[in-house]
Amino acid sequence: MSEPISALNHASFEGIAKVEECGLQGMITLRGDLSDKALAKAVKDATGQKMPGQREAFVEGESGVCWMSSDELLVLVPYAEVDAKLAAMTKTLSGTHSLAVNVSDARAVFRVSGTSAREVLGKIAPVELSAEAFQPGQIRRSRLAQIAGAFWMDDTETFRVVCFRSAADYAFNLLKVAAQPGSEVGIY
Amino acid sequence: MLILNCPYCGVDAEETELAAGGEAHLKRYGPGSSDDEFHDYLFMRENPKGVHFERWRHANGCGKWFHAARATDTLEVFGTYSAQTTEPPQEIREAITAKRPGWTWREFE
Repeated sequence: MSEPISALNHASFEGIAKVEECGLQGMITLRGDLSDKALAKAVKDATGQKMPGQREAFVEGESGVCWMSSDELLVLVPYAEVDAKLAAMTKTLSGTHSLAVNVSDARAVFRVSGTSAREVLGKIAPVELSAEAFQPGQIRRSRLAQIAGAFWMDDTETFRVVCFRSAADYAFNLLKVAAQPGSEVGIY
Repeated sequence: MLILNCPYCGVDAEETELAAGGEAHLKRYGPGSSDDEFHDYLFMRENPKGVHFERWRHANGCGKWFHAARATDTLEVFGTYSAQTTEPPQEIREAITAKRPGWTWREFE
């Protein structure tokens, strides 16, 4: 059996913020009617979190749930548990019009932390990232320069960034450039 | 820079997050229609200086299609609304009338 390895295998970089690849993260894309009770139960069983409202993200460590669109959620679970959680979810959702797919190996996850973390993200995404506008508990799907990406905040100085695995190298290089030492802008 | 509010995720998305989808509220003429109707459906588009209705997709975001009412000459945005409609909703029409009294666009006014 081959050993699963994440896209950049915990590569990291230290600049005005610390950029790390987080390693393997279990991820399930769940689509369906978000007001459906069966969906809420499936999310609760898998992550212990309640159904997120518009652009909300409830994440603790490797578990959580993020609002991706009005009919899509991103469910985060530890990588080793993803098959079991997905099976349980599919069982809970039998008979409900919905779709749950394991996308863990299609994604890469980065952590950007430090006092200038907001600036690093602010340089590469067209998003208002002032402390008033963006807070822990929110998720934003946007673009990171030329690729699609999403991010949320674990705390006031830490972002978690998700992108496609095929673009992981681009995303890491991009974050490295945005976090070059001495490149603080001082806007946030 | 055009900034549109996505009615599905509530984000004020700027142009680079969006993909333009052309003229809004087209009626499709497919099999069974006359050649003239099909020709007009395929090729004839509005090109107004002023009030315009367009389809946009929040491509780098929630991925949903929506409609926008805006002015092509000033880049003023009158409002955005759901894709699940065949005509501009009343509040959008009123918002345009407040700024541009007497506007018309195709069969709408």
